Amino acid sequence: MARVHFANVSKRYGDVAAVDDLSLEVADGELLVLLGPSGCGKTTALRMVAGLEEVTEGSLMIGDDLVNDVDPKDRDVAMVFQSYALYPHMTVGRNIEFPLRQRKIEADERQRRALEAATTLGLEGLMDRKPGQLSGGQRQRVALARAIVRDPRVFLMDEPLSNLDAKLRVQTRGDIVALQRRLGTTTLYVTHDQVEAMTMGHRIAVMQGGRLQQVAPPQELYERPANTFVATFLGSPGMNLIPAERRSDELVTPSGSLTVDSALAGVPQGAVTLGARPESLSLGTDGLRATVALVEMLGAETQVHCTLEGGTTVVVRQGHDEVRPDLGDTVAVAVDPLSLHAFDAESGARIEATA
Amino acid sequence: MRTQVARRRKDWALAYVLLLPGLAIFAVFTFWPFLQNFKLALYQNPPYPGLPSTFVGLSQVGDVLSSPAFHQSLISTLLFVLMVVPTGLLGGLMLALAAHRALRGMAIFQVIFSSTVVSSVAVAAVVFGTLMDPVVGLLPWLGLDPHPAILSNPTWALPAVAVIAIWQFLGLSFIIMTAGLQSLPEEVLEAARLDGARAPTMFFGLVVGFIYAFQSFGQIDILIGSQNAEFTHTNVLLFYIYRALSVQNDPGLAAVLSIVLFVILLGVTLVQFRFLERRVHYAGE
Repeated sequence: MARVHFANVSKRYGDVAAVDDLSLEVADGELLVLLGPSGCGKTTALRMVAGLEEVTEGSLMIGDDLVNDVDPKDRDVAMVFQSYALYPHMTVGRNIEFPLRQRKIEADERQRRALEAATTLGLEGLMDRKPGQLSGGQRQRVALARAIVRDPRVFLMDEPLSNLDAKLRVQTRGDIVALQRRLGTTTLYVTHDQVEAMTMGHRIAVMQGGRLQQVAPPQELYERPANTFVATFLGSPGMNLIPAERRSDELVTPSGSLTVDSALAGVPQGAVTLGARPESLSLGTDGLRATVALVEMLGAETQVHCTLEGGTTVVVRQGHDEVRPDLGDTVAVAVDPLSLHAFDAESGARIEATA
Repeated sequence: MRTQVARRRKDWALAYVLLLPGLAIFAVFTFWPFLQNFKLALYQNPPYPGLPSTFVGLSQVGDVLSSPAFHQSLISTLLFVLMVVPTGLLGGLMLALAAHRALRGMAIFQVIFSSTVVSSVAVAAVVFGTLMDPVVGLLPWLGLDPHPAILSNPTWALPAVAVIAIWQFLGLSFIIMTAGLQSLPEEVLEAARLDGARAPTMFFGLVVGFIYAFQSFGQIDILIGSQNAEFTHTNVLLFYIYRALSVQNDPGLAAVLSIVLFVILLGVTLVQFRFLERRVHYAGE
């Protein structure tokens, strides 16, 4: 068990920086999720820890060891791949004990540990099968068993759930969390699925364009996003952004004005981007003028897409007992001023409104 | 139901019609001579053409199989195969591993490595023959005096021919190994790296190598020649067959030897089906 520490780590391919000056520490025993859209550098960051990509600049530590130039097999890390990467010609049992066999551990010990790992994941009845004879969920568990069997310092997981169907994904998500909490192994988990990130991580590191945007526990990330990217990437749907301008005690938008509450006292005069979660908007008699563009019923809730005067689209989340509007209705979108966020109009960085 | 059966029958009929030209060619040029070969093996031919051949039954087979010339040929063949196949496959694997990287200019090396496969046997034999020449070759140039000359030396002639065969086989071996490497999912190779494994051992092409080596003939014909083949222990089976037919005018002997070669190759192929096929796995299986 060990911490993982990125200190100003960069990975460049020619002029392109896949990972740009990343500084991040994964605490001992923590499950940290690397979250971001495809191409954001999260997988590259993970692969640098595995040793499958070289570090161009900066230093990468596992425990107290600088591992920049350490061979993958000597890093004592185990990785679970998106495609599981099982050895197709070996049985489940052989697959699981393979890392031990490579480390010249004796047969008795090897078999005992393999069986123990298999039992942990409910695979003990499948030891003689080949990967080709298993379902996707079973292969996934074999891959996990192969990772836990040698008790590595760090687990690396690269979108391990993305090849499973939706129902199995939810279940396996819970299984992995339970397993990680029980073993207490430091884990780096890569995903582009924000629901996975929110439900699994002790903390989440959001990346975009090779750069770390914010690292925080899920709730904090949701409640206090550091910039507009994090605000819109998290949440389903993400935060609504409304361009506005502060003029004395009013926030003026093309579709109406809001009075500056004490909660927004810190917003400077001039252009600003306002942020509002769908659940802090409601349809009322008083608010921003808009027309209903789309009504999506999801059962427990309804998402109403409204086009504000001036062209900005916002999504309003309604409870199932609220009156649903019809397409094309003219509505007023009411904003809860206490839950409003403010971002710099230029850089998108969060403005601490109460400051 | 009825239309379905009729349709299936029609599909079968069409399949046979389309197969017919291929089957006809096989029948005329492969199956018929193959069967004739068995008949030939049962007849003994007089050394001069024009005289009738006599039916001798299986006695000729027994004579050939117990002859010292045949034993020598079989030993030479096996030695030759042992020299060529493992070296060629291992060399091909090394080259494939070396070239299996996303480095700039790697395509050039891939072309170079695989090029020996398209060089003709005759050209390779002449080039290497010159290199091994006792007067203008590599050894005299280095100041060594090879005596007797490599290619007429009972100890060195077979290894020398094997060197040429290995060189030519490398290209094919490289292509097969590269194909094998490329068909392995990248993530499986990476998982193996993390687990501490070396590159996975592969068996692709073992049989191709065997068949290639068993059928070497051109190099020996050009470099050694019929007269010296037996003396220099380079009288491998395929060459022996050629000599029996063209030099000794003995179709019966050639037919028996052909059957022996056929049985050996059939055996190799069956072993491959039985053991190797099971160890080969395809992505997505």
